[in-house]
Amino acid sequence: MAEKVLIVDDEKGFLDVLAERMQSRGIEVTTATSAKEALQKLEVETFDAIVLDLMMPEMGGIEALQHIKEKNPDAEVILLTGQPSVSTGVEAMKLGASDFLVKPADINELTEKIKQAKAHRMVLVEKNISKKMKDILKTKGW
Amino acid sequence: MAHMDVIGLSGIQFFGKMSASISHDLKNVLAVINENAGLLEDLCLMAGKGKLLDPGRLKRLAEDVKHQVRRGDRITTSMNDFAHSVDEASVSIDVSKVVELLVSLSERFVAMRGIVLEVGKPAGPVAITTFPFILLNLLWLCLGYAMSVVGPGKAIELLAEKTEEGAWFRFCKLENMETDAAPPFPAEREIALGQALHAQIFRDPAAREVKVLLAQRQGA
Repeated sequence: MAEKVLIVDDEKGFLDVLAERMQSRGIEVTTATSAKEALQKLEVETFDAIVLDLMMPEMGGIEALQHIKEKNPDAEVILLTGQPSVSTGVEAMKLGASDFLVKPADINELTEKIKQAKAHRMVLVEKNISKKMKDILKTKGW
Repeated sequence: MAHMDVIGLSGIQFFGKMSASISHDLKNVLAVINENAGLLEDLCLMAGKGKLLDPGRLKRLAEDVKHQVRRGDRITTSMNDFAHSVDEASVSIDVSKVVELLVSLSERFVAMRGIVLEVGKPAGPVAITTFPFILLNLLWLCLGYAMSVVGPGKAIELLAEKTEEGAWFRFCKLENMETDAAPPFPAEREIALGQALHAQIFRDPAAREVKVLLAQRQGA
């Protein structure tokens, strides 16, 4: 099954070409040019990975990451940015970012990280299902 | 020497902040070029497997790369002008050039806050003799203040105008100058930079603006 990814970046020229290249690699891509648009899309859809730019107008990547993690702690967020400071990188990882890539990034590396994110998310989803099943079994006492 | 003293750590931090922003912008340019080159490789690979190349698609790719090269050129020109702004403590400069450089340097910061900068420059050249780096630092601080007191319209008008004495730099449409959240202005740093430039700094809440007056030829 194809990986499903949301790419969020205010650089439209970058976003469109990256999306085209990923689609040609069999990845199902949705794009957003702002954090606000991304959060709206996340309300109605789930993704195996979210590729998020750090520096965006109005709502930056760190704030968007906080919102995403509040709503969906299991979301796999890969940060992709121009020139991060060490403190921003550390803050992002503390907030639960899965990975960090610096532009210009190698598409094979990014694709690999998306695959890893999907595999990690699958494990988390399975764990959650297993926990829910155990809880049901305990409470119902069958 | 007095100029060097006033630049101090804050001046170096201003230089660093602008340099980091420029490098970020250049990274974005490189990222777009990198993806376009990657797409070109992908298309060549597909052509090798028998898929027809679309000349229109290739033309668009070339245009995108050219556009990014022009963008990168503008950024490096600004970077160069900014780097040379520390060269001389007293140099004749056109106020429009100062505004253009300030706008270019602050573009990302302004956009990050969702603010629009509306710029008005004098019709002809207006020369002032000043230390460009200190002037840019002062105007950057004025812009920072302006961004913190901008109104709900999120637009700041930046006007450079010729006066009998020299030139005004005016930051207008500042709707929230009188609110409790408004920071003090001019603060110690702005006053120090203004004194070094022999510039006068005005805060005019009634007109909803702050402005800097620079004499055409400043004192020593």
